[in-house]
Amino acid sequence: MTTLDLPPVAASEPGGPTPPGSAEVPAEAAPPRSQTKVRLGGVTREDVFTVAGALVGSLALNWLLYERVLPFSGAFGFLVCWYLLFLAGYFALGRLQWGKLMVRDRLVAVASWSSGLLVVALIVDQIGYVASRGYEAAQHVNFFTESMEQTAALSPITSGGALNAIVGSLEQLGLATLFAVPLGIAAAIFMSEVGGRLARPVRTLVEAMTALPSIVAGLFILGVFIITFGFEKSGFAASLALTVMMMPIVTRAAEVVIRLVPGTLREASYALGGSQWRTVWNVVLPTARPGLVTAVVLGMARGVGETSPVLLTSGFTSQFNADPFHEHQVSLPLYIWNYVKQPYPEMVARAFAAGLTLMVLVLILFVTARVLGGRKPGELTRRQKRRIDREARSAEAAARAARPSGTVRPATARTASAHASATAVPLPGNS
Amino acid sequence: MTSAAEPAAPYAGVPGQPDHGPDRDVPRTITAPATPGDRLFRGVLRVAGLSVFAIMGMIAFFLVLRGTDALRAVGWSFLTEQKWQTAAHNFGIAAVLPNGLLIAVIALVIAVPVALFTAIFISEYAPVRLRAALISLIDLMAAIPSIIYGLWGLFFLQPRIIGFVRWLTNHLGDTIPFLKVRTGDIGTSYTSSTFIAGVVVALMIIPIVTSLSREVFSQAPQGEREGAYALGSTRWGMVRAVVLPFGKGGVIGAIMLGFGRAMGETIAVALIISPSFKTITHILENGANSISALIALRFGESDALSLSALMAAGLVLFALTLLVNVAAGFVINRSRSGASTAD
Repeated sequence: MTTLDLPPVAASEPGGPTPPGSAEVPAEAAPPRSQTKVRLGGVTREDVFTVAGALVGSLALNWLLYERVLPFSGAFGFLVCWYLLFLAGYFALGRLQWGKLMVRDRLVAVASWSSGLLVVALIVDQIGYVASRGYEAAQHVNFFTESMEQTAALSPITSGGALNAIVGSLEQLGLATLFAVPLGIAAAIFMSEVGGRLARPVRTLVEAMTALPSIVAGLFILGVFIITFGFEKSGFAASLALTVMMMPIVTRAAEVVIRLVPGTLREASYALGGSQWRTVWNVVLPTARPGLVTAVVLGMARGVGETSPVLLTSGFTSQFNADPFHEHQVSLPLYIWNYVKQPYPEMVARAFAAGLTLMVLVLILFVTARVLGGRKPGELTRRQKRRIDREARSAEAAARAARPSGTVRPATARTASAHASATAVPLPGNS
Repeated sequence: MTSAAEPAAPYAGVPGQPDHGPDRDVPRTITAPATPGDRLFRGVLRVAGLSVFAIMGMIAFFLVLRGTDALRAVGWSFLTEQKWQTAAHNFGIAAVLPNGLLIAVIALVIAVPVALFTAIFISEYAPVRLRAALISLIDLMAAIPSIIYGLWGLFFLQPRIIGFVRWLTNHLGDTIPFLKVRTGDIGTSYTSSTFIAGVVVALMIIPIVTSLSREVFSQAPQGEREGAYALGSTRWGMVRAVVLPFGKGGVIGAIMLGFGRAMGETIAVALIISPSFKTITHILENGANSISALIALRFGESDALSLSALMAAGLVLFALTLLVNVAAGFVINRSRSGASTAD
């Protein structure tokens, strides 16, 4: 969703007040080439040295206090104390050279930089840690080709794998996508195209549903589908629970995209006499297609990693089961949940390998969403542009070929070219 | 957009519109009769829109239906009983619910400063070229499955944070009572605690709070930013005078949304804690609980009353999160409508 925001404005660049010396007017005698652009903001050598000095000084002080003077120990505490001392040291250093406002500004800059870096480091660490722990089991091919049927607690890492979980995950995700996408997109069209009094409460409820605790979705399907209606726990039940989780995500993301479709396109369609559903089907949806795909893929990325709904509804099994409608069916999150709690290192290694697989799946879906979502509604890919050009050219050629043969202007060629231009509604000029 | 196809109301008939007699120009009434196809189309869409109500209604209905047995068995003591012994008809959420809220509060205390600084960093301080990448990264952090957070928290964070926890309790435990660990200095007395669960949940709500706050921060009007600079403000002065007041409503909504998410977080919490059914007063000690973790850990008990009790607990969780989320939605929407009048 966030890719569709307005581009960040660059005008917040002029940072702190520049020292008066830096805006010197070049000497009168100098030739015109000495006129260089004055750089506002940016990083000066002074800034770098202040940060580095505060870092080094606080490290030394912290080492002295933490390790030698005070009875402290532990790496985590060391880092926390170092950071606090660093902020204090930076404040002191800054106070020596700058005014009060300037120091406050710099302090916030440093704090926001460090929290940004912290978040980035956390993500990198998470991905890296799961990848390195997961590699142990995932490097053996059998992890992707075998199930856990023949594998006991102490079997070596070269036996057993997560094929059943991968197949189960993909099937459940596929079914959930099948249910959630039409429903979600239809609800989004309802909110943006039909509207009316109901649109607002629907939107509020969809937003609340996005944050529905996943365990409640699982409980719901458990209560309705399995306890009340008496169906068995299966991959199908799990996909229903996933549908409850995915549908609001798809709806919200899709609504944002559909709202971005230019109103002029709709008006053009109505002016041509198109009915509302023709307009939505032939104009609005094709124009919003890349964004809609992004919405769907983001929903899928969310759905594939959900554990708690699956935990309550699909039932665990170590067997391979490709039939989502009967018997228990395991999926990747459930596989991890079950094996990570066992006291055997091989089992934990398998769980981490499954975690790695799951993360790769999520990453693939996420990157796909980003790549597809990079375009604005109505902006065409190069291939689509080529296709439209080709169609237009062939229609023209057909018209030219048909013209000399008869005295009457051939109706077929005209409709063909009209058709070609009708499919080309999201013209590049609209973007 | 839809007005062209809807059976449009004539302006002349609207009571608010002045009618100046027959010689005045009156906007022509445009009637575009809806075709049967359109009527069907709108009907289908309306059903899809209403399905949201149906799903939420069914969730509430079936949780009530399935939870009734348990609620009838213990009555009001469901809200006052701390233990969870379903076979003895002796269970309630008096310990589980506050403990879950405690985890969420700890998560917020850690996540909110980091998330707000990160949001300010992305919208104000980060180099323009990095912004798109950082936004993607935050979105990716939100997309990482909770079981991965659980794995990371259990195997990476917990062994490393124990030293810090011991440090906290040794040096601050005497002055701040809730940081005391009363179970002696052995490794397991520091693990599986409310605090560690709170830290992991904090990581999970950082992306939510960050991306929503960043969005409202970046909508702060450009003219007022430049005005602040023109008056000689530093960048932080501008942020404090323009961006933060502008984004206040959105930030409050984002924090509430994060709180709702933190309350409902299941798998990471269930992996880390060791279940406790007493009200937690010392957050660094072993033992914690939340409603969602209770459900995830106990649903395997097959007798009907246990399941019913879990359904009742789930109903409480559902009602609470719905309340928090709808309130958050209102706060965010109000701040958005205020935003449009600001410039």
